[in-house]
Amino acid sequence: MRRLVLFIPLAIFLVLAVFFMRGLSLNPMERASTMIGQPLPEFSLKRLDAPHQVVTRDDLLGQVFLLNVWGSWCPSCYDEHEYIVAAAKAGVPVIGLNYKDTPEKAHEYLRKMGNPYQMNLQEPEGMRALAFDLGVYGAPETFLVDREGTIRYHLTGVVTETLLNETLLPEVRRWQKH
Amino acid sequence: MHIIELPELGHFALILALCMACVQMVMPLLGTLVRQPVWLAYAQPAAWGQFLFLTFSFACLTASFMLDDFSVAYIANNSNSALPWYYKFSAVWGSHEGSLLLWIWILSGWTFAVSLTRGLPAEILARVLAVMGAISVGFALFILATSDPFERILPRIPTDGADLNPLLQDFGLIVHPPLLYMGYVGFAVAFAFAITALWSGRLDAAWARWSRPWTTVAWIFLTLGITLGSWWAYYELGWGGWWFWDPVENASLMPWLVGTALMHSLAVTEKRGVFRSWTLLLAIFSFSLSLLGTFLVRSGVLNSVHAFAADPGRGFFILVLLGITIGGSLLLYALRVPKVNVKVRYALFSREVFLLVNNIILVVAMLTVLLGTIYPLLLDALGHGKISVGPPYFNALIAPQMILLAFFMGLGPLTEWKQARWQRLRQRLWWAAGATLVFGLVVLPFIYDGQWHFWVAMGMTVTLWIVLTSLRDLYEAARGRRGLAGVTASRWGMILGHLGLAMTAFGVTMVANYAEERDIRMALQEPVEVHGLNFTLTSLEHVEGPNYTAERAVVSVSGPDGAQISVLHPEKRLYAVRRMPMTEAAIDWGFTRDIYVAMGEPLADGAWAMRVHYKPFVRWLWFGGGFMALGGLLAACDKRYRSRVKRSEEAAAVTEVAV
Repeated sequence: MRRLVLFIPLAIFLVLAVFFMRGLSLNPMERASTMIGQPLPEFSLKRLDAPHQVVTRDDLLGQVFLLNVWGSWCPSCYDEHEYIVAAAKAGVPVIGLNYKDTPEKAHEYLRKMGNPYQMNLQEPEGMRALAFDLGVYGAPETFLVDREGTIRYHLTGVVTETLLNETLLPEVRRWQKH
Repeated sequence: MHIIELPELGHFALILALCMACVQMVMPLLGTLVRQPVWLAYAQPAAWGQFLFLTFSFACLTASFMLDDFSVAYIANNSNSALPWYYKFSAVWGSHEGSLLLWIWILSGWTFAVSLTRGLPAEILARVLAVMGAISVGFALFILATSDPFERILPRIPTDGADLNPLLQDFGLIVHPPLLYMGYVGFAVAFAFAITALWSGRLDAAWARWSRPWTTVAWIFLTLGITLGSWWAYYELGWGGWWFWDPVENASLMPWLVGTALMHSLAVTEKRGVFRSWTLLLAIFSFSLSLLGTFLVRSGVLNSVHAFAADPGRGFFILVLLGITIGGSLLLYALRVPKVNVKVRYALFSREVFLLVNNIILVVAMLTVLLGTIYPLLLDALGHGKISVGPPYFNALIAPQMILLAFFMGLGPLTEWKQARWQRLRQRLWWAAGATLVFGLVVLPFIYDGQWHFWVAMGMTVTLWIVLTSLRDLYEAARGRRGLAGVTASRWGMILGHLGLAMTAFGVTMVANYAEERDIRMALQEPVEVHGLNFTLTSLEHVEGPNYTAERAVVSVSGPDGAQISVLHPEKRLYAVRRMPMTEAAIDWGFTRDIYVAMGEPLADGAWAMRVHYKPFVRWLWFGGGFMALGGLLAACDKRYRSRVKRSEEAAAVTEVAV
């Protein structure tokens, strides 16, 4: 009997371990994606290729598009770039949000890597506009916005081949049918 | 050799350290199985090799930080060329990968220190080193497989780094993590001794004697680490709080609570030979909780203001490590703890029992904190959504437990071992008890603001009780022929440690009940009154730091009579690379109160929202932490441990070691 009592600490630990195991499979990033289901925030930003032209939220509505936050300073953006190109080739409009960058470096990046974007918005350093309201805390991040301007999907991190083919493109198709 | 290859060298040294750790783990194990004493001898040099290679590896990472090698991903993410050199240095452990390397390096340092111990039987030493080697193997594999700090970003090397998190750009954060890790990892020594005792079946009081100084030293570091962390949170986070019941803080508090219990329980086991299985369990617990803390912080299962490395893949790896280490040791415990009751007898009314009661209170407190910390996770796993358990839960449950703890803490030192005499205890205690009740419960609570508050009365009672009983204990100790000079270092250690806790209790009581906190609008040259003091914003200036720009306010504080008390310079910084605003609070500190001013947001017309705190006696809670650590230091330095070396050598010479 006394021998059994000695197993109590082990039993408690095992129960805890099961909960931890379960906790790991719960997505810890879920809390960050509070933007899903929210309307795209209002903004007015300059275009990268035409700085005299100002774009607002209403200009983008009416189509299902991807909003991709990038910067020439961000190493991971180079890695995901080919899949952004692939998305554009698959006919998905991609709006770029050039984040914390300078126009010169951004143009250089697009010249070297190719420009898959329908248009690029500029949000330079220190400006608190769209990326700030979207709660962007790093680049790259990608948002899927539907025709009415509601955010339907939010990815923090790099777009990979799997993510593009198995999540992003099907999601885009799904919302295009809506 | 190109200097640019430093990261590869560091990586290679880490792999070699892993090999050394494998040797250190496997050879003693085989040696005891096939009874080859020579094989046991591998453990010691392997431990030295492991320490050497990890030191080299750590030095490589540090040097790469100093040389701004942004081709290394970890450095690119956590440093910047504009960062001052001392923050480049502390950025080495500023995030996940580097802090794990620090963790394992410290472990190898402890292992090295243990391997130099004299007077341990060779076989025991080899087994202890084997257990520590096994822990090293687990963590080295973890680093190499999931968290390599030396990984390069090639071929597109960033031109500059993303900077160290501004929250961590502070003196407190240079020293806080190493201290904390010294404490966490230090409990691995007590753990290794406990496992060795179970493994070898040698469960006499000797192992308690061997692991006692190690446990005390680890506890000192943990105490300092937690104290410093609390102080850092107070001045750096800009909220003026000193404890947030945040999962990361709880992760350090839990091993501390159990480590405190272990330290006392080891004393009983060593002196009286009782509570052996309980002490073993505590030794396993304290290190297990250190590991659990690592898991909770590193896996991202809990949301926390501190969590800067959330990654489920890593979490899974740590969970497996945790399962093997904790599950394995608890299984070993359940199977190997001897059934035989010790012949030593003690009465219900004795120091042994009081110490056991306090041990249990400490463990219950640990369980309370553990439950509060993982409750959100439990609910989430059961599908009840994400909630968080706030400070009210912890405060409501921990405060009564601490009062109970303090009661027995006062009784313990004045009670005799084995069988206390009621007559004697009453004679020693009556005046302390009387004074505590009269002053603590009735007189002192009125002094500060003329009103009686329940929690102030409780806090003052606890403080006075510990102080008066400690003084009485000092009086008893000094009654010998040599007076105060005859009081041993370890007795002083205990008295100082207990007084430290009383100081902390006093500080907590005062600041929790009497602190004033106001959010006010401050316009230039318009005085605002808080707690009878006049705060005037005299000017605002723009400051350029090395890697930030800041608005600095000059706030003059004057007393009711108009005499200037101090001029404070709170800052609102904007760190250039991360675009992260940071509040640098300005504090005029004193023994009886802190005046704390932090800048909020700018308002119209050049005015600012400011947060002003008046915090009476807040320093005392950290002084208390320092005193506790000092007490531990005195206890660890006691002469007995030096003379003990000889005795344990003698013991080793006559003891037949069962393999």
